[in-house]
Amino acid sequence: MSPLNRFLHRPETLAGAIILGVLFAMALFASLLFPGDPQAIAGPALLPPFHDWSLPLGTDRLGRDVLAELFHGARTSLAVGLAAAAAALLIGAVVGTLAGFAGGVVDEVLMRITDAFQTVPSFLLALAFVSVVGPSLGVVVAAIALGAWTGPARVARAEVLSIRERDYVAGARVIGMHPLEIAFREVLPNALPPVLALSSVIVAAAILTEAALSFLGLGDPNRVTWGGMIAEGRTVLRTAPFLSIVPGIALVLTVLGVYLAGEGVVETAAVRRSLS
Amino acid sequence: MSLLSVSNLTKHYRRGGTTIAAVDGVSFTIEPGETLALAGPSGSGKSTIARLVLRLIEPDAGNIQFKGDDFLALNGAALRARRARLQMVFQDPLAAFNPRATVARVLDDPLRIHAIASRVERPARIAALLERVGLTADLAPRSIHEISGGQRQRVAIARAIATNPSLIVLDEAVSALDVSVRGQILELLLDLQARERIAYLFISHDLGVVRAIAHRVVLLDAGRIAESGDARAVIDVPQSAIGKALVAAAPTLNRTHLQDAS
Repeated sequence: MSPLNRFLHRPETLAGAIILGVLFAMALFASLLFPGDPQAIAGPALLPPFHDWSLPLGTDRLGRDVLAELFHGARTSLAVGLAAAAAALLIGAVVGTLAGFAGGVVDEVLMRITDAFQTVPSFLLALAFVSVVGPSLGVVVAAIALGAWTGPARVARAEVLSIRERDYVAGARVIGMHPLEIAFREVLPNALPPVLALSSVIVAAAILTEAALSFLGLGDPNRVTWGGMIAEGRTVLRTAPFLSIVPGIALVLTVLGVYLAGEGVVETAAVRRSLS
Repeated sequence: MSLLSVSNLTKHYRRGGTTIAAVDGVSFTIEPGETLALAGPSGSGKSTIARLVLRLIEPDAGNIQFKGDDFLALNGAALRARRARLQMVFQDPLAAFNPRATVARVLDDPLRIHAIASRVERPARIAALLERVGLTADLAPRSIHEISGGQRQRVAIARAIATNPSLIVLDEAVSALDVSVRGQILELLLDLQARERIAYLFISHDLGVVRAIAHRVVLLDAGRIAESGDARAVIDVPQSAIGKALVAAAPTLNRTHLQDAS
């Protein structure tokens, strides 16, 4: 069985892949299907869903198209989630590799910094960071990555500690390879699989953190976000609960899809590793 | 002047409150083009000496002179440059290579690091190296785990000779190979030595192999030198207790003795 077949063979993975596929399609085609500003007023305010088929999911307090907002919000959620997770994995892998490979004082310093970051709740850290620097997409990504890199760093360090004792690392030293090249070309690629296994959890957590920040009004104000939509709907929660429920469901499905597909990738990779 | 001169080499390991001397005051020399064998039971410090000589671990005391320079005084870029002349072949040919590497990449690294060949010349150099160790150039794009154990050890030797070293440390380099392949690899090593005057520090627990390939032998016991001298003389008539025990424990060797006597 090819890896792709094995990947799609598991029903939960398939479900995750379909959800993610739909989400990516939404993000990609958002400006094609809903050209123009999704924050522009499209009809009467507080139109309930499934009443007017030109506005299938109704409108919010200001008369903005909820479906258009949902599509454009998928972009922000995915972009922030993936970018923050990628940044967190990159920082974590580099810090963990340097700490594990160098050892000694470098290891102590880097791991105490990691401890310091880990003791502060990551959401609080993100909140503080965005409050100080100001809300924009890049800052939100950085803020989320700031709280998420410690896990990958610890896993990478543990893996590097075992790999650096292997003969091929000694072999690389014997042929005169520079220590940095050994760390990042010989050791890091072989330490990556367990680090990447964390990615599904990190992406899911990043999407949730982004939504929470937007909910508190600390998202990029020029972009539609699902968290922002939920926050908007909060004020009319009794009369128009769909305004909070629709983006809420989208958020739950996205996190579920990311997690299931991510776990599937990890399982497939694990099988391939044990086969080779 | 000796190629390698090791004197009073000492390495201790501390476990809890006790100190174990892995290597305790070992001295020996290797001349250009010579094979010196380090033999001894497991735990006698053979591999620790190999790693000390290659500066993979640092000694607690002692002196290593390589080509007349104080090898222990070198650091950083100077040490890395010097490593070109002092190479190693490991016991397990699979563990000695990055599992993601291809044959070509394994041989490309030393050529690139020591600026032996430019980027365009390297493929031809790699092909030539493969041929020097009795392999064909079409092996280059293959992955390390796709080739056989014997081929892998030949690639390891090709990597070791890529930088034209004066000394190669062979740490149990043929122990993990099956008997038929072992003979071929030993012949390759002898052939390379004859052609290029490479000296070997040959580490082995197999006295039969040592007797066949080494000029001189140092027998180790618990980190100390028990006996040393001409390989055949020492193995044929061991003087030390550990030497006698090792010879008695080598079955193939006993048989040749019986044949000699009859």
